[in-house]
Amino acid sequence: MSLTLTLASRNLLHDRLRFIATLVGIVFSVVLVMIQMGLFLGFGHMVSTMIDHASTDLWVVPKGAKCFEDPSLLDLKLRDRVAATNGVATVIPLVIGFSDWRLDSGEMTPVFMVGVDLRDGGLRPWNVVEGNAQALSQHDTVAVDRSYFERLGVTGIGSTAEIRGRRVKVVAITDGIRSFTTTPYIFVDLKNARTYTGTPPDRANNLLVRLNNGADREKVLQAVRAQVGNAEVLTTDEFRSRSRSFWLFGTGAGAALFAGALLGVIVGTVIVAQTLYSSTKDHLNEFATLRAMGSSNGYIYKVIIYQALLNAVIGFCIATGIGALVVEITAKSALPIVITPWLIAALAVLTVVMCVASAIGAIVRVVRIAPATVFMR
Amino acid sequence: MKDYIIEAKAVKKTLGSGAGQVRALRGVDLSLRRGELTLLMGPSGSGKTTLLLILGCMLAPNSGQVIVCGRSTADADKEGLAKIRRDHIGFVFQSYHLFPTLTAAQNVQLALDIRGERRRKAAEKSRQALKMVGLQQKIDALPHALSGGEQQRVAIARAIVANPSAVLADEPTGALDGSNGRTIMNILASIAHERGSAVLVVTHDPRVLPFADRIVHIEDGRLVDQPSDGPERLRMPKAAAFGT
Repeated sequence: MSLTLTLASRNLLHDRLRFIATLVGIVFSVVLVMIQMGLFLGFGHMVSTMIDHASTDLWVVPKGAKCFEDPSLLDLKLRDRVAATNGVATVIPLVIGFSDWRLDSGEMTPVFMVGVDLRDGGLRPWNVVEGNAQALSQHDTVAVDRSYFERLGVTGIGSTAEIRGRRVKVVAITDGIRSFTTTPYIFVDLKNARTYTGTPPDRANNLLVRLNNGADREKVLQAVRAQVGNAEVLTTDEFRSRSRSFWLFGTGAGAALFAGALLGVIVGTVIVAQTLYSSTKDHLNEFATLRAMGSSNGYIYKVIIYQALLNAVIGFCIATGIGALVVEITAKSALPIVITPWLIAALAVLTVVMCVASAIGAIVRVVRIAPATVFMR
Repeated sequence: MKDYIIEAKAVKKTLGSGAGQVRALRGVDLSLRRGELTLLMGPSGSGKTTLLLILGCMLAPNSGQVIVCGRSTADADKEGLAKIRRDHIGFVFQSYHLFPTLTAAQNVQLALDIRGERRRKAAEKSRQALKMVGLQQKIDALPHALSGGEQQRVAIARAIVANPSAVLADEPTGALDGSNGRTIMNILASIAHERGSAVLVVTHDPRVLPFADRIVHIEDGRLVDQPSDGPERLRMPKAAAFGT
């Protein structure tokens, strides 16, 4: 270990209580930022979960559709025009919309219907843990997620309820398909979806477009765009990004999460700056001695920055451990916190920047030391 | 001329401002020679410490010139002065100013570390310096585990480990008993006579007089002729200087 690092670590450990207080500050700050950003990512994943699980290359959506849940409708005549485009393999209509679910007890709860022709696939329920998604092709059958059993009054396969006056039966159960709103997703066949949402037979909300193997995606995209007139054609990435952008920033939810993260950074910086400054002040005599011995300012900065970096590394490691625990705890919750390797890397950089920036106050203090003071003490 | 390590020429220094202004040095000429132990003596407030700070490149004079190893310090900025100190001067402080969290060896090594010396070589030199001051058995001791005399010896080892041309010591025996004071002065004298450094000891401890090759007195910011009791003290054997 270099002597500067030794000196930095001993300076930190010299006052253990202050060191612990610093670490608590850093851990609090990093965990707060991690959770806020984890919520942001988790929310982002949830709002685009249907788009992410759709088996399609392109989306034809009503002009100006802001998200997957947009209730605007397309004329189904578009389907034939798109299907006739070179490079297009299949065009699958998708019908979505809100409906009412009446429990056997008579209680009503809103639900969000997702309907596709199951023969075409496109957007089948995934993570089916009981029953069979193919059974949805029968009249008045539904697939529900087990996390909504209580809300929907469902106990398992064969449970019944009423949607728009029609008796429906649960034939498939999924695990982990949760809505970011409080409204459960209900998977149904396309025809049933029309019935439950009141969508006319010549309309659909979106068209899922699959391309032929080896088709030039960009060329087909342009060709389909030329066919759809007033509708929009988006790649999956574009639609995902638009959907996330609408829910995260259009609603202010993302801004609130970022504000929380910013608060975490400010709190962390202030705490580290304060403790580092007071530690430096306590060791001012030693820094003056170094200066008197002829050390350069750079050498002294190195000691202070090493102190900041040690704080950052130790604090970040503890915070990451806590973050992993939080991820584990929230994995099955309504809004799981998602921590990606990129988020970890970004937080590591942020922690280092925060701690090093916090050292500025201490460095400014040290710069003002006159080496001569060492003879006065 | 070439034996002069540090030279002060017509140095004047005023400290403070307004009504509290003090003319600390009023035109001092002093040269520190290689291989010579010089004592700078004078009453409190006479300007000894100010002169030490100026000779040690920690304070700039208002007028006059300081030359270290043949180079004028007039144009040097703070970093430049730090470099001169780093390259040419070792300091010994009355209060030792050791780093309490570092071992004796690490304290000494620090003086080499700031010079960018490689770790292994620096560690070896530190051990040698501690051996020279008789502390080879205490290299891993923390300062709080050392006596005052031992701490001052570590401070001296730190001052000399980089083999500086000059060693400036501020009241090095001020806080020590007779035995430790004598040891410290013997070491400082050997640094001057055996290593050939210019050693300046600022003191008002008369017990150190027999160790001096030259005594310089300062009063009211001016160097003055030595007081009449100086020669008697100089004639006193070193062994008896701090009592027995």
